[in-house]
Amino acid sequence: MSDQPILEIQELTKTFGGILALNRVSFQVNEGEILGIIGPNGSGKTTIVNCITGFIKATSGKVFFRGKNITGKAAHKIADMGVTRTFQIMRPYYSLPAYKNLIIPLFSPRAKRTGGWRGGGKLGDRNTVGIDILEEIGFERDSYVPYKMASTLPTGYLKRLELARCLALKPDIILCDEVFSGLSMSEIASMVPLIERLQMEGITLIMIEHRLRELFRVANRIMVLNFGEKLVEGSSDEVMANEKVKEAYFGSEDVEEVMSYA
Amino acid sequence: MENRRKERIDRGIKVRTDGLYSLMGWQELSYLTLPRLLLIVGLLALPLIMPGMYWPRVITIVCIYALLALSFDFLAHFVGLVSLGGAFFIGTGGYISAILNTSFGMHPMLAVPIATVSGAIICTVLLLPCLPLRGVYFAIVTLMYPLVLARIIEALDILGGTDGILGIDSFPNAWVEQYFVIIVLLLFLFGARRLVNQDIGLVFRAVKDNDQAVRASGMNVNTYKAAAVFIASAMGCFGGACLVHIYMWGGISLFALDFSILPIAATVIGGGGTLVGPVLGCLILVPISELLREFGTLRIVFYSLILVGFVVFRSEGLMVYGERKYHQFERWVKV
Amino acid sequence: MDILIYGTINSIMLALMALGFALVYGTSRIPNFAHGAIYVLCGFVTWVFVRSLELNYFLSIVLSLIVTGLLGALIYRFVLIRVRGMEISEIIASYAIGLAILETLRWGGFKGTTYTLPVFIEGSVMIGDIPVDYQRILVVVLGVAVVTFLWLFTHYTRIGLALRGMAQDERAALMLGIDSDTMALVAMAFGSMLAGFAAIVLLPLGNIVVEKGYNVLIQAIAVCIVGGLGSWMGAVLAAFIIGFAQILTTVYLGAHYQMVVAFLAIILTLILRPSGLFGRQKELEERV
Repeated sequence: MSDQPILEIQELTKTFGGILALNRVSFQVNEGEILGIIGPNGSGKTTIVNCITGFIKATSGKVFFRGKNITGKAAHKIADMGVTRTFQIMRPYYSLPAYKNLIIPLFSPRAKRTGGWRGGGKLGDRNTVGIDILEEIGFERDSYVPYKMASTLPTGYLKRLELARCLALKPDIILCDEVFSGLSMSEIASMVPLIERLQMEGITLIMIEHRLRELFRVANRIMVLNFGEKLVEGSSDEVMANEKVKEAYFGSEDVEEVMSYA
Repeated sequence: MENRRKERIDRGIKVRTDGLYSLMGWQELSYLTLPRLLLIVGLLALPLIMPGMYWPRVITIVCIYALLALSFDFLAHFVGLVSLGGAFFIGTGGYISAILNTSFGMHPMLAVPIATVSGAIICTVLLLPCLPLRGVYFAIVTLMYPLVLARIIEALDILGGTDGILGIDSFPNAWVEQYFVIIVLLLFLFGARRLVNQDIGLVFRAVKDNDQAVRASGMNVNTYKAAAVFIASAMGCFGGACLVHIYMWGGISLFALDFSILPIAATVIGGGGTLVGPVLGCLILVPISELLREFGTLRIVFYSLILVGFVVFRSEGLMVYGERKYHQFERWVKV
Repeated sequence: MDILIYGTINSIMLALMALGFALVYGTSRIPNFAHGAIYVLCGFVTWVFVRSLELNYFLSIVLSLIVTGLLGALIYRFVLIRVRGMEISEIIASYAIGLAILETLRWGGFKGTTYTLPVFIEGSVMIGDIPVDYQRILVVVLGVAVVTFLWLFTHYTRIGLALRGMAQDERAALMLGIDSDTMALVAMAFGSMLAGFAAIVLLPLGNIVVEKGYNVLIQAIAVCIVGGLGSWMGAVLAAFIIGFAQILTTVYLGAHYQMVVAFLAIILTLILRPSGLFGRQKELEERV
């Protein structure tokens, strides 16, 4: 494992017309860690994911993956390198059964090269590989859950399906856009061990979250965004004690202070 | 007064045959194969039972239109690209085959395959600019290509100008002429049906439904769209190449609106999304259009009105209705 | 010098042809592929009024504009409103209607003699040393007048402002109580009237042929794509670019390349800058 951070973001800026969504955000992610990105609504969290993974072109700034400049590359090329993502508004293939949802990522060049999640370099029959991945990620094989249509699955399973789609590519990084949102308490309770297991397998995770309690249990480091700017970075205790973070979430009684942030 | 609603349930025999895991009795086997056999045998037998010289030729024309309709359905319902200009494929394939035959002296049975492949390559390249963009642009560009190419040929007076290319050889034998097209149509039809259920077919359907997710899985959406356009234009170019050898003449009429509109109307009538429906639609529409030939371009009005009617009222189409009846039965249940 | 004059005239002609399409698309996002058909139909209706029924020319113009506007409104009310929002279906439906109109005209309307509309003013004048007939000058004047009128209309009248609001942001307009369907109806009526107006002004320069319907459609779409779908100013600018390009190719290469130029303009725009000059839709950037 090298000392170089696996992902490095430098001065990332994005404007949508007159709106400054990201304002010179810089941070690093080390290999194998879980970085949590939090912030109030509209602080630019999903925009960061989109810029890193190539779905949106950043206005300025650079993104480095393992030292290589990936700024501005096409989304599918970035995914091909191993930087994968989930979607906040879920996008499964509704008209297909769950295991067939995985056939598409298993069809990609990267899956062919790496053999999928457990392939070890060689891709077997896509249907069986798909079902194996689903079983590992928590779909109970016995109750035929993998064979159900994606449109009939509850949210918890669909979130896992999103993660499974990333796993099919044997990723180095997964950017999880609000995987804990929309889940019931019991669903989250089973999701957290899954995240921990993914980290143990060596995947680096960057998690955008609103549900702080669960995030703090898994994340090694936290970064806070507000109005497109990085406020603070550090461990969860440091971050929650920080005055600026509290103001960003709760507001401030001092009108002048707040105005200086807006 | 009790409330009732209609309930649709798959037939028992369909459930048993879904997923062929065990040997089945002749009942189940015939449930699956009978419709397909009917289609194959029917198409192959048609030239034999049709009287005279005129109607067998109509069958061949039906098959050429059916290839176009098949390509439209494939592109529109399985990849998400709406092609409003089937005439583009017909014209490209037709002109290439005509040139190969007259200027290079190639035998029709050699010129047609070469025209098919090269025509498909040319069409795909010409359509590349609009593949990364929204579907609207593909529709606009495919609509315009036949109109503009016809005008270019007419204005520059190249490739025979308004007179067209004359003196093209016909197929060696009347039977070859008919069965060549029918067999290739059946191959493309069953091939396409097989394709959409294979893994790569799933990728195509994913491109249609959800291309962001496909991109996030590391696949270049445009490559797959281009592959689909290649397959569809190969079908059309083959039809066009055969057409010039049947009529022994190739001119601007290869870019006629007929070839653009009738496949769409046939797909809509026959049932979009089934790949067989468009073929059936052509079986219905083309003979009708032959009967209407004396009314001149009024038949285009006829197709257009059918098209508007179906688009506006969003009707299902024959095959969709037929498949539903075949696979499911309905009953009223108490609520 | 003559390139300048003919270029300007051609550009204004293109702008006139394209304005109706641009208005409808900009306001209601409906690509009206019956645009060319409405153009020819209005010319034909005017011809019927003037030659067959022998009405006063001015009266015929007014009547046929009203008829054309009604036709546009009817097309929206009975067909397009049902497929509103599904762009591909809108294209297919409006294209099919356009085809039905054009091919019916080809079959039943034009038989035998050439159909022409009389010019408004006979004669010509010399600008520098180039003869320019009055009708063409009138085209330029009327074209500028129409663009000015549209600008004033959409900036100072209630309906015009509503149309502009719809064009800029449909949701916001809805929240202000502007009914999307009514506005689309008005836009279609206006767009059709603009197409009809273009026909009345331009057709006297030639004769009424069904082929013009397809040509007008191609050129209107070319202008709108190059200018950016949804931008009126872009359409005017694009009309000048394509108009001058067409005249230049006519001078140096020959007269039959005009359609080719229009089409090449579309392809080049799609390759280089798909959203056109001032287009507000970023085709390659989608919100995830």
